[in-house]
Amino acid sequence: MNFRVEINVMTKKEILDPQGKAVKLGLTNVGINAIKDVRIGKHIVLDLEADNEEDAKQKAEISCKKLLANLIMEDYHYTISTL
Amino acid sequence: MNFSIVVFPGSNCDEDMVYALREILGQKVNKVFHKETSLPQNTDCVIVPGGFSYGDYLRSGAIARFSPIMSAIQQHAQKGGLVWGICNGFQILTEAGLLEGVLLKNNHQKYSCKNIYLKPATKNTLLTQHLSLEKTYKIPIAHGDGRFYADGNTLKSLQDNEQILFYYADNQGIVNENTNPNGSLLNIAGICNKSKNVFGMMPHPERASDERSGNIDGKTLFLSFLGQ
Repeated sequence: MNFRVEINVMTKKEILDPQGKAVKLGLTNVGINAIKDVRIGKHIVLDLEADNEEDAKQKAEISCKKLLANLIMEDYHYTISTL
Repeated sequence: MNFSIVVFPGSNCDEDMVYALREILGQKVNKVFHKETSLPQNTDCVIVPGGFSYGDYLRSGAIARFSPIMSAIQQHAQKGGLVWGICNGFQILTEAGLLEGVLLKNNHQKYSCKNIYLKPATKNTLLTQHLSLEKTYKIPIAHGDGRFYADGNTLKSLQDNEQILFYYADNQGIVNENTNPNGSLLNIAGICNKSKNVFGMMPHPERASDERSGNIDGKTLFLSFLGQ
């Protein structure tokens, strides 16, 4: 079966995100002042073959833990759908 | 000492390191491509040089960490062999779990390329053994992701085990917010592992080793490492 795993990797809340800080300033320059915080992360899409959803989940977990996220600085979340 | 300098796609400080170690310090040097699965025999120290391995995609050092040569480097370190990562090399070693913590984007959002002053934090490591705790050493930095971060427990154990090698200081040895070029916790510029055979630092001693460059403080660091 073919699955799509959509992963969001975000810098942990307690860690300063300079990119988000810069973009917040940019949004203020656009004229939007109501923004309290901006944080920027990564959106990663994996299309993969797996025996079933559980197998796809396992592959996603290993991918996130071993490479896609660094758990010292980042958290990850994902959703799985069939293709 | 026999040095093996690892070359990843995107490494760009490997030749400077070869020059400093071979021409200036008279050491034996081999370059090792990242696709190799073993290190040259008699390797005493593996150098993981600076650069932008794999374009710094995903995170600095994250992809290089899974290059074929890395298993051999892990084994070398586990057997007590020396490993020294500089700049991107430091980032790769933290990603590989050979050193604790992580290097985040500089807090001021800019790439920093300038001379800084290092204040040694301990003399109880090979790298810092012959340095003076009363002196500072002028060494260049060149990085966008140099903000050392570790959680509270890790930071405490780094301090308790004397694993901090250098602090960012000014030329008087003052360590504070104003002398911190990137937002690193405690102004940390370099650390080692618990067994004190794996070293990582953001500044580039290889760029301050030739008299013609007007600064040889980096050579002093290499000499200390070589026990001289």
